[in-house]
Amino acid sequence: MNGTPLISAKNLSVHYGLGLKLFGERQYVRAIENVSLDIPQGSFFGLVGESGSGKTTFGRAILRAAPITKGHINYNDGEVDYDVATIGKVDLKDYRKRSQLIFQDPYAALSPRMTVRDIIAEPLEVMGLTSSRAETDERVREIAAKCRLNLEHLRRFPHAFSGGQRQRISIARALVCQPKFLVADESVAALDVSIQADILNLLKSLTEELGITFLFISHDLSVVAHVCDHVSVMYLGQLVELAPTRKLFAQSLHPYTAALFSAIPSLDPDDHHKAIKLEGEIPSPLSPPSGCRFHTRCSHVQARCQKEKPEWRELDNEHFVACHFAEELNL
Amino acid sequence: MSSPLIKVENLTLRFKTDEGLITAVDNVSFELAPGEIMGLVGESGSGKSVTAKSLMLLNPGNAVYSPESRITLAANGKTVDVFNLKSPRELKVVRGGAISMIFQEPMASFAPAITIGDQMVEQLQLHGDMSERQAKDFSIEMLERVGISDAGTRFKQYAFEFSGGMRQRAMIAMALSTKPKLLIADEPTTALDVTIQAQVIDLMKDLIAEFGMAILFITHDLGVIAQTADRVAVMYLGNIVETGSVRQVIREPAHPYTQGLLHAIPKLEHLDEPLTPVPGDIPSPLDRPSGCVFHTRCSQMIEGKCDTSVPAVTTLTEGHAASCFVAQGGTDGESEALA
Repeated sequence: MNGTPLISAKNLSVHYGLGLKLFGERQYVRAIENVSLDIPQGSFFGLVGESGSGKTTFGRAILRAAPITKGHINYNDGEVDYDVATIGKVDLKDYRKRSQLIFQDPYAALSPRMTVRDIIAEPLEVMGLTSSRAETDERVREIAAKCRLNLEHLRRFPHAFSGGQRQRISIARALVCQPKFLVADESVAALDVSIQADILNLLKSLTEELGITFLFISHDLSVVAHVCDHVSVMYLGQLVELAPTRKLFAQSLHPYTAALFSAIPSLDPDDHHKAIKLEGEIPSPLSPPSGCRFHTRCSHVQARCQKEKPEWRELDNEHFVACHFAEELNL
Repeated sequence: MSSPLIKVENLTLRFKTDEGLITAVDNVSFELAPGEIMGLVGESGSGKSVTAKSLMLLNPGNAVYSPESRITLAANGKTVDVFNLKSPRELKVVRGGAISMIFQEPMASFAPAITIGDQMVEQLQLHGDMSERQAKDFSIEMLERVGISDAGTRFKQYAFEFSGGMRQRAMIAMALSTKPKLLIADEPTTALDVTIQAQVIDLMKDLIAEFGMAILFITHDLGVIAQTADRVAVMYLGNIVETGSVRQVIREPAHPYTQGLLHAIPKLEHLDEPLTPVPGDIPSPLDRPSGCVFHTRCSQMIEGKCDTSVPAVTTLTEGHAASCFVAQGGTDGESEALA
């Protein structure tokens, strides 16, 4: 990838305080711990992990919708250059126009009391991007057409629409202020498979057409594999692996990534590959395990993993991993 | 094939609502043999959960079953007509006696203010003649069987103290402790992470081998079905559009909807293939399409036929049937079709 990345996170941490205890120290949920990540301009960047891995928090931190405890996030689209962690009020307003979020549940994300036209127009009105109602309508119609909503749809209320149509409305709302960067948090998880493919194709074609950089957060590896050009894998608030999609799927280097792959049930009834057993569940981010955070569930665990934090290193061109034994393991 | 454990014939179910009668299940027939695992696949709104709940008469009061609907259950050497069960005492046989159910959202299906243990003991005492002591010991044993460590302590805890995967394990333990003949699993792994899903599926396979009950496995995930079920029924808008063995349906799907579903699933083996969605949206159950319910989204629709007459169930090969004019070769079937 050439040029400066659009988003560059450096040593990013997000901690949530749990309220003061009468005696003893305050506890912190370490949702994100020391994550560094570059999202190249124009990429469709995937972030996967189990629930509780911190992927949503990461997406929100980039948008300044979660508190940043430590570290920096640089946003540089060629026109402006912001440090999102220390951004001022005026710049933040401008940053909000440049970055947008598409939510998971299209049933909860749309106000039932607003017409589709008003829902899509709201960002324009709030941010004062248009000068007249006619101009607003023009912009709404334009983006609605791109998202395959027709004019008649604009007068209706969200309840009249199916899940797929609602998600297209959410996408139109996110795109109407012409953002440069979009975060889609589990945007197809609530949809049926027959509709899911339609929304994925739409997102893909729109981002290519409009030149938008995409952070696609999902728990579904097979969806990510199909749409993203880069995939990063998160576990308990830390990145464990990052690579161009093809590379990651051809050869995963981290035992957690390999376990995630093997857990996807195969469509072939005669493919009886056993899922790599991950013992138990993701530990609590209140007291993450020492050393490598994955060592409590890893089938290749050794004494070193319990004491020493694995370094985030580039093992192969553009293929990053955080595991002591990435070279030796043949996953 | 041995005599069926449960037989559903011409099940038609409508809901009375302010907007009128909504057809949720339309003329569905299937049967399950003892020990057989059948997958019921379909998208949201296809009627799969409602069909399963009919077996336990768990649908809400505004549900209207058509007079032709028949569900017969063979339990303890007797044949029970499920629709004739009236009193709570009679209904016990389908509600936890011979049939148990695992729900999708384990947090919502445990009572929040009663310990897991008390809930397990309560149902064991309702369905058997165990003493409280026996029921407790047996419950702890069941919790251990599903892989919950330190079951004695866990037994005294509440649902909120369990993690998602553990709750689903406890749910399974509870459902199996009455030794049902049929287990209905309604999207048991949908709310779980893939790694936990793999654990739960493994566990269910082990328990099936041990307990030997029949399972009606409801899911929208064809991958999960491929790995667990013997037979599949594919539902769309209240109709079963295709049935067959897992291999038949997944390898040689006959109905355009099944074909579309299989094409729409992102597959890791074929990253270069574009994703092909099934065009259009699922129609509202308030205006069900005429003729074949799928014709509004079907790419192989035959004008003047699919939109006017209902395709009859046609056996294609042994054990493999579909309701589709295209799969029949587009020639016969019209005479059997209902107007």
